[in-house]
Amino acid sequence: MLTQRLLLSDRGGMLVLGLVVLMAIIVPICNLAVPGDSPLHISNFTVGLLGKFLCFALLALSVDLIWGYAGILSLGHGAFFTLGGYGMGMYLMRQIGDRGVYGHPELMDFMVVLNWQELPWYWQGFDMFWFAMLMVLLVPGLLALAFGWLAFRSRVTGVYFAIITQALTYALMLAFFRNEMGFGGNNGLNDFKEILGFDLAAQATRVGLFIASAIALVLGYLACRYIVTSRAGRVIVSIRDAESRTRFCGYQVESYKLWLFVFSAMLAAVAGALYVPQVGIINPGEFAPLNSIEMVVWVATGGRGTLFGAIVGAFSVNYAKTFFTTYSPETWLFILGGLFVMVTLLLPKGIVGLFDRFRRKGEK
Amino acid sequence: MNPLNRLRETWRPDQVFDLVQPTPTFDKSLDTKHGPILYVEDVSVSFDGFKALNNLNLYIDDGELRCIIGPNGAGKTTMMDVITGKTKPDSGSVYFGQRINLLKLSEHAIARGGIGRKFQKPTIFEALSVFENLELATASNKHVWYTLNHHLSGEQRDRIDEVLTQIGLTNHYQQEAGALSHGQKQWLEIGMLLVQNPRVLLVDEPVAGMTGEEVEHTAQLLTSLKGRHSVIVVEHDMAFVRSIANKVTVLHQGSVLAEGSMDQVQSDPRVVEVYLGE
Repeated sequence: MLTQRLLLSDRGGMLVLGLVVLMAIIVPICNLAVPGDSPLHISNFTVGLLGKFLCFALLALSVDLIWGYAGILSLGHGAFFTLGGYGMGMYLMRQIGDRGVYGHPELMDFMVVLNWQELPWYWQGFDMFWFAMLMVLLVPGLLALAFGWLAFRSRVTGVYFAIITQALTYALMLAFFRNEMGFGGNNGLNDFKEILGFDLAAQATRVGLFIASAIALVLGYLACRYIVTSRAGRVIVSIRDAESRTRFCGYQVESYKLWLFVFSAMLAAVAGALYVPQVGIINPGEFAPLNSIEMVVWVATGGRGTLFGAIVGAFSVNYAKTFFTTYSPETWLFILGGLFVMVTLLLPKGIVGLFDRFRRKGEK
Repeated sequence: MNPLNRLRETWRPDQVFDLVQPTPTFDKSLDTKHGPILYVEDVSVSFDGFKALNNLNLYIDDGELRCIIGPNGAGKTTMMDVITGKTKPDSGSVYFGQRINLLKLSEHAIARGGIGRKFQKPTIFEALSVFENLELATASNKHVWYTLNHHLSGEQRDRIDEVLTQIGLTNHYQQEAGALSHGQKQWLEIGMLLVQNPRVLLVDEPVAGMTGEEVEHTAQLLTSLKGRHSVIVVEHDMAFVRSIANKVTVLHQGSVLAEGSMDQVQSDPRVVEVYLGE
């Protein structure tokens, strides 16, 4: 019953999810078990890249849930992603212990440089993994709750909502750039050593993180499917299409928007927490408004309002980004802009919609 | 209101503060023993100095079908906005039954409590099927967590089937609502009100843009509701109003100009003047 609802009724989603699972099985084998000179070998670099893409796919999923289904364009999801990343980063920093450059048993290197005497209160507890993970979910969740409550209660919608979410992520960026904030300022958090006792430099740990990201993506996808196929999901689509009708049907529109926004923010935060140990650094640059806009481009390119389209979009746009920034870095921003214009004009339903169109032509 | 007047108002000897008044709930059975189900008394609304409603008084009896007519700008839609909680009036009171003060409630609470509203332009959920449209509107627990985990009960499904027959869309229940004809959309919207089991239905221009046959069907539908629900119909089409109403209220410049049977109203010289001009 539940499998039917979550998977079988959605063929595109099943295909994409199947590919993700396949990737999670094949990539580790081809990386660890296949010898380096074999043509089937997958390099460490590729594993890292794909792991990053998996996190981006989860992030795109969270954007699609709120934008594609509820019609709320958030241009500030980078804020939740980065906050989740900082949560994980703080745990990883505490794991360094006295192995830092200055060898202080408790303080981070940047705190020693700032001449701080003791650990700030908000760094307490982050040496425990469970506490850090709780904070990864709670802090972005509470921020989304407070922010969403204020915005939706005042019936701020559309482009105004998009603008204030941009302002939110921009404000956080400026705040985190300050050294006195105690999050490493400009340099952010880096030089991580180990996670849960596993050496982060070891390839096995990196493959483990890759698999964890794939699992998170699959679970995140299923959770989103559960929401959009439930009655609450249909209420959310109704709010997108005819908000006042939904209100006059007796639904408290604001609370639906709010809880979906909070869930979406937490999903983005999980993506951020998985991203940080794989790239080895988190800094305030991730809060940049441009990043949040890029996420929307992924979803638009893949096809909004389908969930699996977001995964397709995140992979294809990021692959293109890696390709172009390697071969001609100065053209990438033009290509990104052109891509958004092209998708809006020619592919309103994204890449996924393109396949749909072919299939329908074939049927005729 | 200047501060002095506000102070006087606050310390008036017979002042009843909001916080000691019972919060309106729909749990108690509706008290309609004096006849009317809806009391609209001395309601005034102004937008930037323009008086959309001017001391409007209106009483709707339980189970009655009332038509409201009036020239453009007479305040018909504003009146509906006030009753459904979309617009808060500057002064006056609106009671549902004798106990429930509608001005204290939000739109969704009023809708849950039994006042359904159909908009001028048909607004249905175009991306969903006819059945899903009715499913969403169905009277049930409408909180986020509940709708996330619960499906419809058999009883609620039966009610949807019943309404589907009533609005004549039984054969279309799987169809995407956006693909329905204009008339069918209007009926679907009325159906969405009916599955909420409302006590009062506010219907704004139900036959605008309909063909003759569709108008007839709509008239049958609305008259069949009489007795079970109180229905308030706002309409411009006089022939349609004549065919369904036994009591008509004429609004003009935000207040009631005349009330009575269609014949009485049409022979009233003031009504003729408003409609035909001098």
